[in-house]
Amino acid sequence: MKRRKVDLKALPGKSAQEVDTRLPVATPLRGVLNKVFPDHWSFLLGEIALFSFIILLLTGTFLALFFEPSLQEVHYDGSYLPLQGVEMSRAYETALDLSFDVRGGLIMRQMHHWAALLFMAAIVVHMFRIFMTGAFRKPREINWIIGLSMFWLGFTEGFAGYSLPDDALSGTGLRIASAIMLSIPVIGSWVTTSLFGGEFPGEIILSRLYILHVFLLPLILLALVSIHVGLVFVQKHTQWPGPGRTNKNVVGERMFPRYAIKQGGFFMLVFAIIALMGGLFQINPIWLFGPYEAAVVSAGSQPDWYVMFLDGSTRLMPAWDIRFLGYNIPPLFWPTVVLPGILSVLPMAYPWIEARWKKDYASHNLLQRPRDVPDRTGLAAMAGAFYLVLTISGGNDIVADKFHISLNAMTWAGRIGLLVLPPLAYYFARRLALGLQQHDREVLAHGVETGIIKRLPDGRFVEVHQPLVAPDEHGHTDLPYVGWTVPKKMNRLGALGPAIRGFFRPIEQSAPPKQEEQPREEVTSGKP
Amino acid sequence: MSETNTQVRDAAGVDVANPNLTRFDIVREGARRDGVEIVHYEPQYPPGSAGERRMTRIVAFFFLLTGIMSTLFVVAFIWWPWEYELGPHASKYYTPILGLTLGLALVGVGLGVLTWGKKLLPHEIAIQERHDGPSSPEEQKLTGTTLQFIGDEMGLGRRPILKWSLLGLAPLGLAAAAIPIGALIKDPHHPDILFKTGWAGATPTNPIRLQHDDGTLVRPEMVSTGGQITVFPNIPGGSSNHYADSPTLLIHLREDDAAKLNGQLYTINQGSTWSSFVAYSKICTHAGCPASLYEQQTNRLLCPCHQSQFLITDNARPIFGPATRSLPMLPISVDKEGFLVATGDYKVPVGPAFWEKD
Repeated sequence: MKRRKVDLKALPGKSAQEVDTRLPVATPLRGVLNKVFPDHWSFLLGEIALFSFIILLLTGTFLALFFEPSLQEVHYDGSYLPLQGVEMSRAYETALDLSFDVRGGLIMRQMHHWAALLFMAAIVVHMFRIFMTGAFRKPREINWIIGLSMFWLGFTEGFAGYSLPDDALSGTGLRIASAIMLSIPVIGSWVTTSLFGGEFPGEIILSRLYILHVFLLPLILLALVSIHVGLVFVQKHTQWPGPGRTNKNVVGERMFPRYAIKQGGFFMLVFAIIALMGGLFQINPIWLFGPYEAAVVSAGSQPDWYVMFLDGSTRLMPAWDIRFLGYNIPPLFWPTVVLPGILSVLPMAYPWIEARWKKDYASHNLLQRPRDVPDRTGLAAMAGAFYLVLTISGGNDIVADKFHISLNAMTWAGRIGLLVLPPLAYYFARRLALGLQQHDREVLAHGVETGIIKRLPDGRFVEVHQPLVAPDEHGHTDLPYVGWTVPKKMNRLGALGPAIRGFFRPIEQSAPPKQEEQPREEVTSGKP
Repeated sequence: MSETNTQVRDAAGVDVANPNLTRFDIVREGARRDGVEIVHYEPQYPPGSAGERRMTRIVAFFFLLTGIMSTLFVVAFIWWPWEYELGPHASKYYTPILGLTLGLALVGVGLGVLTWGKKLLPHEIAIQERHDGPSSPEEQKLTGTTLQFIGDEMGLGRRPILKWSLLGLAPLGLAAAAIPIGALIKDPHHPDILFKTGWAGATPTNPIRLQHDDGTLVRPEMVSTGGQITVFPNIPGGSSNHYADSPTLLIHLREDDAAKLNGQLYTINQGSTWSSFVAYSKICTHAGCPASLYEQQTNRLLCPCHQSQFLITDNARPIFGPATRSLPMLPISVDKEGFLVATGDYKVPVGPAFWEKD
């Protein structure tokens, strides 16, 4: 038999051909390689959430190999001496084992927790970016709704995970959750006993939360993440206005290799931050809290940060109890069921509300700067202020303790602040947006402020402006306002040289100063 | 490199079989056929320049950092003492060392890849046309009619019996829902778990003794004046989470406070105190946290979860915060052997309110 020599150089091309004869991918693959993505730092906020989610899946799978969501009573017999012999649930014991008796278990636990916090934080910041730049407008309403749903799914997922270790903090959180379910009119008690399999805490709740936390919710989240990113891909990313950018094109870089490289590098950086935090910063040291006992709680038991706004709303709620005909609606119902209900439905409807409000039913692929839509920016500030007051109120006992303020005063400050601050935030944000817009328009009409003050013959002082184009006879320029950055400093116009580059020492030579050899006249007093 | 394409391009595009084309010419033609125009393409550094060499060295340095840090990570993971020891011990640094080495290794990959992509690759601006907006009216009509035709084929409009018989399928959905709902549902009223606690068996003739967390019984002299302790029903598992609604605060009031309380007891609480002792449910009536922060000076109980405050000297009435209901009072007494006992269950349901709780 003749031995054939394999031509290594031709191998990739040949195998590609073999693949393409079976599955013709050449055309669609090239489309993907050449797809253009616009670039801006603010487009990367959602990526942080995506990357955190991937890290959550990886670390979570590791944790699931060791954790057992069982409420069976055991006596602790692990490495952590202070809890030796203490009666606890199997869930708490395995969570302790993960921290002390599994090599590398603690860093995985902490990375999982930090990644969850970062996931929710990235979602919130990303959501603000989408809202303030109008990226939710037609044709992207569906993706806005999917994004909002993912916030609430992530919220539930985080709460379920936080409840699993069965330490003192998770038990307290779970008890409050059961009280929230109990407060629902008519069906509350049925929902609670059905979920807990009887009275709180029962024996089964951790198994149910576990399947929710490691299977159902991640599955739904994964599906929604795929649809979310898929829709961005199909509908193409929005872009900022600018030279050559229209509602009908995308200006940027092709996906491969530049965009993919940036994404890959950024993923590694997010991963790095989470690894550093997981290793260096302690989070949720469950061994200090001890096992959950119904009679024990400590002051300063705050939930994870993304739950704090609901904790705050619960604390601020006045003691209003509605009773009639032997039935009642407890005060817990309004801040923990009705408020989240409104907070999820209202934003979902917002794209259509704004379309009617502004009578704008067109499709938009160009983003708006926050200053160019003052009303919406005001609303964002209003929502932000509302959220901030609630979140701070979620830790108002800590604030009261650290700053020696009366706790009751903190509660009242929160109640009043919740009503007063959001309208104020709306007003100031709106004025700020209008002011910034006005300044841009002024530069377009008159030019850049040079900082040179000139005294006119009649004694007036004026600042010299550098017009952006040749002005008309009144000194005005008629440039259209396009909703994008205008130059505000002379060196943006090239009037001053750019700064010399280099961190420790210059990596380039500065341009030699212009030597103008002109004959100079002697300055004299004018007298002969 | 920016403008090497010297080929004349006609309407049909470039002939990709032309052997004179450079690779970039072909790439640009492929992009064009995907509706992408590469309008600007230039290297950031001239090939072989000092700047390019410098960037190459930076990328190499970052990758080297990753190599070193990953190796250190593996070494530390295997050989650093990791098993927990009390007190200062090298094992306390195990997790920080893992985090530091892993984090720096990933920083190396991340920054290396980013520098490569952002500094060494030529700068490019490409423009792609969007093809969104609705489909053409003709397309819409073709698809719409196809859908309508599917409806015609099924013939529901012409066959009313079929339409009605479809209703017969509804129970199938019910059957599917019945299994999870039927298995999960639990009646909160039979037995009446929300209205009863671990003290439920107690009667004046057959009382239940109070016990500490560890099961030891409670005598009045164990609680100093102005002091308070948490007590549980002396039944099997009485201190465990199985009776999460039963933890009770036993408070030894000062004489004047006791007189004040006894002077303004609600009718339902009449006869529930013993001497200057009073026992309130520890479970907050707001959200169910233990309302256990006892302010001895002001006679208030503070719930640390949402800061509801209850006045001990007035039936544990809520005086601040979101709670609306008083903490229920447990009727207590002392038996012949001198142990504190409960002579009955709480007269109102303990813990957070719900629809059926009047």
